[in-house]
Amino acid sequence: MPEPILKVSDLKKYYPVRGGFFSKPVAWVKAVDGVSFEIQPGENLGLVGESGCGKSTLVTVVLKLEEPTAGKVIFDGHDLFAMHQQELRHLRKDIQIVFQDPFWSLDPRLLIKDIVGEPLKIHTRMGADEMLSKVEELLEMVGLPREGTFKYPHEFSGGQRQRIAIARALALRPKLVVLDEPTSSIDVLSQAQILELLKDLKDKLGLTYILISHDLSVVNYMADKIAVMYLGKIVEYGMAEMVFNQPAHPYTKALLSAVPTIDMQSLDDIATLEGSVPSAINPPQGCRFHPRCCEAKEICGQQEPPLLDLGDGHLAACHLRQMLI
Amino acid sequence: MGNYFAIENLKVNYKTFEGEKQVLDLEHLALDKGETFGLVGESGAGKTVLALTILRLLATPPGVIAGGQIIFDGEDLLGKSQKEMGKIRGRRMSMIFQDPMSTLNPVFTVGEQIIRVIQHNKKVSRKTATQDALTLIERVNLPDAANIMSKYAHELSGGQRQRIIIAMALSCGAEFLIADEPTRNLDVTIQAGILKLIAQLQKELNVTVLFIANNLGLVSVTCDRVGILYQGMIVEIGTVKEVLKTPLHPYTHTLLNAVPRSKQAKIDLSQVGLMGKLTESVAGCRYYGRCLRKVERCRVDAPLLTAVDGTHLVACHRLHEEAV
Repeated sequence: MPEPILKVSDLKKYYPVRGGFFSKPVAWVKAVDGVSFEIQPGENLGLVGESGCGKSTLVTVVLKLEEPTAGKVIFDGHDLFAMHQQELRHLRKDIQIVFQDPFWSLDPRLLIKDIVGEPLKIHTRMGADEMLSKVEELLEMVGLPREGTFKYPHEFSGGQRQRIAIARALALRPKLVVLDEPTSSIDVLSQAQILELLKDLKDKLGLTYILISHDLSVVNYMADKIAVMYLGKIVEYGMAEMVFNQPAHPYTKALLSAVPTIDMQSLDDIATLEGSVPSAINPPQGCRFHPRCCEAKEICGQQEPPLLDLGDGHLAACHLRQMLI
Repeated sequence: MGNYFAIENLKVNYKTFEGEKQVLDLEHLALDKGETFGLVGESGAGKTVLALTILRLLATPPGVIAGGQIIFDGEDLLGKSQKEMGKIRGRRMSMIFQDPMSTLNPVFTVGEQIIRVIQHNKKVSRKTATQDALTLIERVNLPDAANIMSKYAHELSGGQRQRIIIAMALSCGAEFLIADEPTRNLDVTIQAGILKLIAQLQKELNVTVLFIANNLGLVSVTCDRVGILYQGMIVEIGTVKEVLKTPLHPYTHTLLNAVPRSKQAKIDLSQVGLMGKLTESVAGCRYYGRCLRKVERCRVDAPLLTAVDGTHLVACHRLHEEAV
């Protein structure tokens, strides 16, 4: 087994809720509460969960855009949280992110050459001419015309803008790219094109992706492994085929059956999950999912189930499953 | 087909620096009372323009309604003045917009906003309006209605906000509802709830729904019939089963193939090009530039929607050639 490119162990991120005299923390929002996983080079990890489950917080902490509360992140042999600012800055070249909404993530007042060239300007000592040709090369790589360099973001459609964001993320040839809902704000045809592009680029440049999405069909299409998050914790983890075809956790089952597909006949075929994600300030006792779980037993309200291997690297945190073994 | 709601020869243009461009060209579209009709297309196909034109909310200029009729319950909506439309909007026709965050006013409580809608449309006292608002909030399955009434939009979750919008849309007995991608930006689990709510209310109140979507899966579970819109024209129309199970137009095939299914099945991108630019007048088929099955005739002669099999209509020359 090669060294994992990213190793996250017991990562926690708590946000204080301040109040009272001197604004002392009176409670903590446990946005990410003890998450561990590994990604091998060239592997795609899909991160799935409802909004508010901590997917985005997890990623911002892993990228060290925010300070973690506890835990360790080893990227490519370096302990991210033990590094100095200078070293970290150097390492940032290797981790890039593509944000959800290409209408917000591109500065409307900058030319495409400046948007895509910005990482180059920061991390390399390229001359203006060299940079311009590099930007043109990058645009070509993501399937945009070279003439795009002297245009503004508003001259492009949603799908094209997402390509620009991808070009910018790939400008420094990173090793790990985080895709935060890369296709959620564009339509199906552009989505299909972007997904194919991402797959091609991965093969060509040897990238590793972390894909955040709430569209399970997209995750199924792209990811090798899937981590399902609920209220700051991973509740199920395993190979994509296993998680999709034999979901072990009731929450994963609920997520999967909530997606309407063209093969379905009526609304009765999709399942609704009662209630919404509870507050992360006071998560429910025992299993965090038990108040919404249709299979909950007595033990679920008392003890928190550990994330255990069900066989073949398929992990799930559910008492019911673990009793069966 | 009943004449409850029908669009005949509707043409909508947009004025641009390069001249007027046609964004909608609907020959005929009729909806029966109580049915759910799905309208599917890429962004830029003209779905929202159609919705705004029906409600006469389209900004003119740049929009120009160049001709046609929109018949609603025996009356032509395009012939009405804005004052008359004001009485129809909200009371008889209503719309759920895409983004519940920008539809709700951030500086008033949601309760206040529902009460105002009710008082604007009905001559009732504030007390009755408040009572109505409470019943409405309960009706859209939000618990603790009194508490919700006093909240501002930012204090509610996306799903709750969308439920409030639905409550508002149906607050004054609208019988025709346009839902413009009502579950965009919502989680799948929340989406399922909203879809079921719309379906349930529709059954209870016998509302006709024009459901705009860009996801065929959504249409499949919610709608009775579906129309595929491409550059302002309907290229295929029929029952959900007909269109999604036996698609005939090349564009419908492309849309269906673009949905990622599994890792093994690579998405076939050969047919996915970019939507062509809108031009002043198109002589032939609008899909010509992207179509893989085009022949010379498609370039010069625009195909008309022709019945293939009862209720299933398609606008494609190739298909009719083969059928003959």
